[in-house]
Amino acid sequence: MLLETRGLSHTYSAGTPFERTAIEHIDLGIDSGEFLGIIGHTGSGKSTLIQHFNALLKPTAGQVLFEGKDVWSDPAFTRALRFQVGLVFQYPEHQLFEETVYRDIAFGPKNMGLSEEEIHERVYEAAGFVGVPERLLESSPFELSGGQKRRIAIAGVIAMRPKILILDEPTAGLDPAGRESILQNLRDYREKCGAAIVMVSHSMEEIAASVERIVVMNHGRIQMDGSPREVFSRSAELTEIGLDVPQVTQVFARLRDLGLELDPGVYTVEAAASALLALRGGRHA
Amino acid sequence: MLKDVTLGQYFPGDTVVHRLDPRTKLILVIVYIVALFCAKSYVSYAVVAAFLILCMCLSRIRLRVIVKGLKPLLLIIVLTGLLNMFYTPGRELVHFWIFTITWEGLRNAVFMISRIVMLIFGTFLLTYTTSPIALTDAMELLMSPLKRIKVPVHELSMMMCIALRFIPTLISETDKIISAQKARGADFESGNLIRRAKALIPILVPLFISAFRRADELAVAMESRCYHGGKGRTRMKQLRMAGRDYLALAFGILLLAAVIVLRKLGL
Repeated sequence: MLLETRGLSHTYSAGTPFERTAIEHIDLGIDSGEFLGIIGHTGSGKSTLIQHFNALLKPTAGQVLFEGKDVWSDPAFTRALRFQVGLVFQYPEHQLFEETVYRDIAFGPKNMGLSEEEIHERVYEAAGFVGVPERLLESSPFELSGGQKRRIAIAGVIAMRPKILILDEPTAGLDPAGRESILQNLRDYREKCGAAIVMVSHSMEEIAASVERIVVMNHGRIQMDGSPREVFSRSAELTEIGLDVPQVTQVFARLRDLGLELDPGVYTVEAAASALLALRGGRHA
Repeated sequence: MLKDVTLGQYFPGDTVVHRLDPRTKLILVIVYIVALFCAKSYVSYAVVAAFLILCMCLSRIRLRVIVKGLKPLLLIIVLTGLLNMFYTPGRELVHFWIFTITWEGLRNAVFMISRIVMLIFGTFLLTYTTSPIALTDAMELLMSPLKRIKVPVHELSMMMCIALRFIPTLISETDKIISAQKARGADFESGNLIRRAKALIPILVPLFISAFRRADELAVAMESRCYHGGKGRTRMKQLRMAGRDYLALAFGILLLAAVIVLRKLGL
C-alpha cells in the first residue's frame, strides 16, 4: 500500500460558529500505479481529503500513512513527502508566478535541491508529457492561453516525479478537445512512469473513461468504492446523491426498465454497442 | 491558518444586538468611544466597562472569539503599558537599575491598557454583529448630508463595501496559493529575513494577478447591470429605526452623560 488513511476526520474552524466537519472516518488505500477517481458533488469533502494526502492539512483525528509511515511523524519527512505526493489544485494556472514557463516548471525541482542539469532534464521531460512545445519554454506564462497555462501548471508538479499524482478537477473550464487531450496526457504519463494517479472530478463521463477504480464521496464519507462497473451499476443510488451517471448507462437503465435483459454496469459507448449487438444476435438465433 | 483571522469578521446571529439598525450601532460605537476617552477615573471606567459587558452579553458572541482578535495587537498593548509605566513622573514605587516605576505610572498604564482593550472590544462588537454591507449602508446614510457639499459619499461607501467584501475572498485565495506553492515544496518558515521575503514572491505575484482579474470581472459585471453610480438608485433593503433603536440610543446618551457628570464631580 503506497498511501493509506485510517479513520481520517477533519473539522474546519473548530470552536467557532463556522465549525464544519468536512470528512469523517475515511479509510482508504491507494496502491502504486493505480488510477483512482474520486467523485462527489460540491462540498462532499473531496478537496479536503486530497489535501491530507500530501500533509497540507493536519487531520483532526486519524492518520495518513505514506509507505507505512505517518506523514506527520517528523517535519523533514512531511516536506519530502510533498515531492512524492504531487498535488495539482483546481485552476492551477492561477498559481503561476515566474517570468518564464521554464522557471515556473522548475520551481518544484529547485525546491527539491536538484542540480541544474537534473532540473533542466526534468523540465523538458515534464513539458513533453503535457504537450507544451519547447519553443514556449522561454515565453512568459501569462501570455499563453488558459489551456496552455493549465498544462504548464500540471507540468510544474509532474517535474517533481511524484509517486502519486493527485489532480483536483484537472479539466474544469476547458473545451471538450482540451479536456480529452489533457486526460490522454495523464494516461500516457502514468503508462510511462508507473505513477499512481488520483483524479477528483464531479463529471462521471470523464472519470469513467480513464480510471480503474472509483471512490464516491457523500457528506464527508465514502459511499461506494469499486471498479467503474460496480459503481455505475448502482446508478439509482448515484442519482439519489446528486451525481449524474454516464448517458449511455442512463439509456441502458431505461432499456432495462422496459424489459430488455441488459448489463447494468455498462458505462462506455463501445461496451454498449457490443452488448446491444450481442442481444440482437441472440434474438436472431 | 489564515482562515482563523477574526479581525473585522461578521458572525451571523439573531440577537437584539444583531437586529439593531446599523446606523444605531454605528452612532452607539461613536458615543461609546467618546465616553471611553472622557473617562478619567476608576468609577467612570467601571461604568463604561459595564455598558460594554452588557452589550457583549446581549450579542452572545463568545468571549474567546473576541479575545482571539486581540492577539495581533498584543505587542502594541504591552508596549503602551510599559512605556506609560516607566515614563510617568510621580511618587516612586519600585526602583531598579535605571528604571523607576511610579504609582502614577502604574495607574496610567492600567488606564491606557484598559482603554485600548475596551476600544478594540467595542469596535469588534460592531463588526462581529453587523454585516459589512449593512455597515456601509449605514455609513452612506449617516454621511448623506455631505452630498450637498459635493462629497462623493456613495462612491466612497461603494468602494469600502467592495473592499470589505473582498477581504475574506482574498484571504481564502491567499490560503489556496500558499497551499499550492507548499505542494511544490515552497518553504516559508526557514532561512534568514531576505530568504523569507523572497519566499513570498510565489504568493504575492499570483495574488496580485488574481486581485486584478477579480476587479476586472467585477467592473464588467457591474457595468452589464447598468451600474452608473449613486444618483437615483433605490435600495432593496430599506433601513428603518424601531423602538429598540431609540431605546439603545437613549441608553448610549445616558452613558455619555453619566461619564461627563462623573468627570465634573471629579470622581
